[in-house]
Amino acid sequence: MGMNNVGRVTVPQETASDKASATATGNRALMLKEPLIFESGAYDRTGVDIPDAAEVKSRLCGLERDTVIGLPGLAEGETVRHYTRLSRQNYAIDLGLFPLGSCTMKHNPRLNEKVARFPGFADIHPLQPIHSVQGALRVIYQLGEWLKKLTNMPAVSMSPKAGAHGELCGVLAIRSALEARGDAREVILVPTSAHGTNPATAAFAGYKVEDIPATDEGRVDLEALKARLGPDVAGVMITNPNTCGLFERDLKAISDAVHDAGGFVYCDGANFNAIVGRVRPGDLGVDAMHINLHKTFSTPHGGGGPGSGPVVFSEALAPFAPLPFVEEGDDGLLHIIEEETAQEHHGQSFGRMVAFHGQMGMFTRALTYMLSHGADGLRQVAEDAVLNANYVLRAMEDILDAPFADSGPCMHEALFSDSDFAEGFSTLDLAKGLIDEGFHPMTVYFPLVVHGAMLVEPTETESKAALDQFILAFRSVAERALAGDERLKSAPHHAPLKRLDETQAARKPVLVWTDPDPRAEAAE
Amino acid sequence: MRYLPLNDEDRATMLVRVGAETIDDLFVDVPEEAILDGPIRDLPNHASELAVERHMASLAAENSVAGNAPFFLGAGAYRHHVPASVDHIIQRGEFLTAYTPYQPEIAQGTLQMLFEFQTQVARLFGCDVANASMYDGSTACWEAIVMARRITRRGKALLSSGLHPHYVSVCQTMARFTKDDLRVSLPDFGGATDYDALIDQIDSDTSCVVVQYPDILGRIDDMTRLAERAAEHKALLIAVVTEPVALGTIKSPGEMGADIVVGEGQSIGVGLQFGGPYVGLFGCKQKYVRQMPGRLCGETVDADGERGYVLTLSTREQHIRREKATSNICTNSGLCALAFSVHMTLLGEAGLRRLAAVNHAMAVKAAERLEQIDGISVVNDRFFNEFTVHLGRDARDIIRTLADRGILAGVSLGRLYPDAEELADGLVIAVTETVTDEDIEALATALEDILQELGTWA
Repeated sequence: MGMNNVGRVTVPQETASDKASATATGNRALMLKEPLIFESGAYDRTGVDIPDAAEVKSRLCGLERDTVIGLPGLAEGETVRHYTRLSRQNYAIDLGLFPLGSCTMKHNPRLNEKVARFPGFADIHPLQPIHSVQGALRVIYQLGEWLKKLTNMPAVSMSPKAGAHGELCGVLAIRSALEARGDAREVILVPTSAHGTNPATAAFAGYKVEDIPATDEGRVDLEALKARLGPDVAGVMITNPNTCGLFERDLKAISDAVHDAGGFVYCDGANFNAIVGRVRPGDLGVDAMHINLHKTFSTPHGGGGPGSGPVVFSEALAPFAPLPFVEEGDDGLLHIIEEETAQEHHGQSFGRMVAFHGQMGMFTRALTYMLSHGADGLRQVAEDAVLNANYVLRAMEDILDAPFADSGPCMHEALFSDSDFAEGFSTLDLAKGLIDEGFHPMTVYFPLVVHGAMLVEPTETESKAALDQFILAFRSVAERALAGDERLKSAPHHAPLKRLDETQAARKPVLVWTDPDPRAEAAE
Repeated sequence: MRYLPLNDEDRATMLVRVGAETIDDLFVDVPEEAILDGPIRDLPNHASELAVERHMASLAAENSVAGNAPFFLGAGAYRHHVPASVDHIIQRGEFLTAYTPYQPEIAQGTLQMLFEFQTQVARLFGCDVANASMYDGSTACWEAIVMARRITRRGKALLSSGLHPHYVSVCQTMARFTKDDLRVSLPDFGGATDYDALIDQIDSDTSCVVVQYPDILGRIDDMTRLAERAAEHKALLIAVVTEPVALGTIKSPGEMGADIVVGEGQSIGVGLQFGGPYVGLFGCKQKYVRQMPGRLCGETVDADGERGYVLTLSTREQHIRREKATSNICTNSGLCALAFSVHMTLLGEAGLRRLAAVNHAMAVKAAERLEQIDGISVVNDRFFNEFTVHLGRDARDIIRTLADRGILAGVSLGRLYPDAEELADGLVIAVTETVTDEDIEALATALEDILQELGTWA
């Protein structure tokens, strides 16, 4: 059942301008075509040497698998080569600046990786007896203490697995607190400048969602918000610094008004790195806030995850925080409070959100980063992140429309729009043009309140020289979009692939590999 | 502050360029009462790499490492050997430090890997399609129930008593808020699963039946008849796999008619990690693909007609759909999916089958040895690499005593079901390829000793 070289390795189509550069293999010097493992592997090939199983009387009792699974294997060297070749088709923070607004791609220190792999953290089981995992519980506890102090919030839940999961955790705590006082409120207010995940989370938690408009200067319209507050409003989900890149000056007034009306304030903390060490959300009346550990505390993004979204709570919401959490006991040991032990003091907890204790591997990385930076360093993080963002904003505002450039300093990210582009040119063209200049594009079409939005966040780990080079590229591509340079419309020209057809992918989704031969037979 | 490249001269130059006199001018929108004037008290200032590493190493040293002891814990997280090249590859910066592949032209590495991962998962589960991973098995399980509700427009889910109690807890937590009606029961100590009882409960309000395979006690059973009876009532069968290595030697849920198969992929490539990050697996029949939550990678072509991959069907997702989104998933476990996929590629069909066979053989050996001990009985006759024993005493006490003797013995049902006294003497024992004959003998001898010392349960 070998299946070597039966796949659909495509040969590049030659175009008139391209003919001279076509190669027989499809390879281009160091950039090599890489078939799928299903096209190059074999069912009888393996890259591991597993001993023979001992002779025993099987206890599978009739459930033995009698079909081919269809999993090709590669030898170890082939495996390393396959994934190394694939890796070279990726952009990454290790290769260059990622100006992704609200997504915060910063340097990932390798000490964090080393520590996370200590067997004392990586090779322990979540259900081991608690006296055998005190060091791991100490990591969770210490990290939680840091988060509480940095935010001035009295309680923390470490278990949410990602930012959006943390949002859900916060909203469920709000709902639990309201239910506990017999208050069946139905509405969550979400400003239009909030993350798109916020309304989704509120809806997923069973709430009706209503928008609150932004003012012309890009902040929550306080008067509109106050006018909407009432006995049916459970709370407000607000992002601060907000997704226009601005600090919500009125957050304290918003919190006071929401509290007066009997509701709670959820703050999306995705942009916390702009204020960490300089502003504590607890001082502004926030009741719950998630913190994306990769954004503020440098755990790697990993091509999409894993994330981690611990949530800090105010006094009012603390009793409702989910299980499990770590507490110091009278016996001097740290304990995991879960179903077994929760009844006594934590009977109001809304329950469990994940199978075990959250993202331990992310906690070790984040705590390592915090200790490396310290309280003074984290404050410098916020200052440099904000300085870098303003530097980009001021370097671009003479040629690109910057809708909120006069609303005050931007925080960690600078916002631009495509409103001055030549007819027929879009934000996407500029983004793809940046790829040819060697940069990952900025966040595009977000936030929704700005036409053709471009959200640029350099972060604090970029040097002035790196920013200057990015600005050079950004200005150059922006000028081409403003002038209507047609070649920009087919960018990127220098990436491993040309512009990809996303419409075709969605129209008839091909989500798994199928052997082309039977398909060809069927077509005949 | 070795991670910050700006120096004071840069900062001064840049402040001039942005038209600010001091950095405080850039925080002018923060109300005065909320701004901090110095580093937060009670938190230490920055420390050297050496000092931080030493601190973290001292915390790590306080834990009993699984690899240093005879080790038998499972119950949803399994210790398998992970080939060295897996960690080598996931530490490559181009994977480790890459962003979500929203710009496909410069993310083909991640995208092709995800397409391969989806295919591997779909084949392993016996499903038509799979997504690019979820947070973990427990959240994937709840998302599957929500998906079944969307498809059937019914709100009653039947959860098997063999479903991991933490998974049940997660679903109960969420169902309280979504008003889904979950029917749950405690496991009994019967050797067989509760499929007949589930079949009896299926009616025209049932959206889905959720069964774990192998289940929390390690039991396995043919779910074909359950799938047929669910289908007769237009309810979906959701199978939950927390130990995917098992599928190297037992029939896949898809083959037996499951409509949705979810799982925990930790077993393959990821490692124990004290519970996370793990990787949720999610597959289903083709006809439900547009109802599937999570990230999906699809094949397409570029402007030159070359094959390439993109994230697709993202209009289901919450960052676009806002309040109309159908799931809470806004990310995936990309790097853990990579670890799973690399390990699976190293194994291949042949390696996975051998690995599964070794696991089963070791587990059978352990069961046979423990069955010889006076006072111990094995609950389930059919199992893969995990089974449950009666100890005749509260298993929590035994586990503590064994841990003091350097043996990490398994997971007590008392910890998993604190309210069910009748289960307190149950111990769930997982035996993988990392367990040696000596480990089994050490466990058996220690158990014999302890049970003899303690006598029988009063």
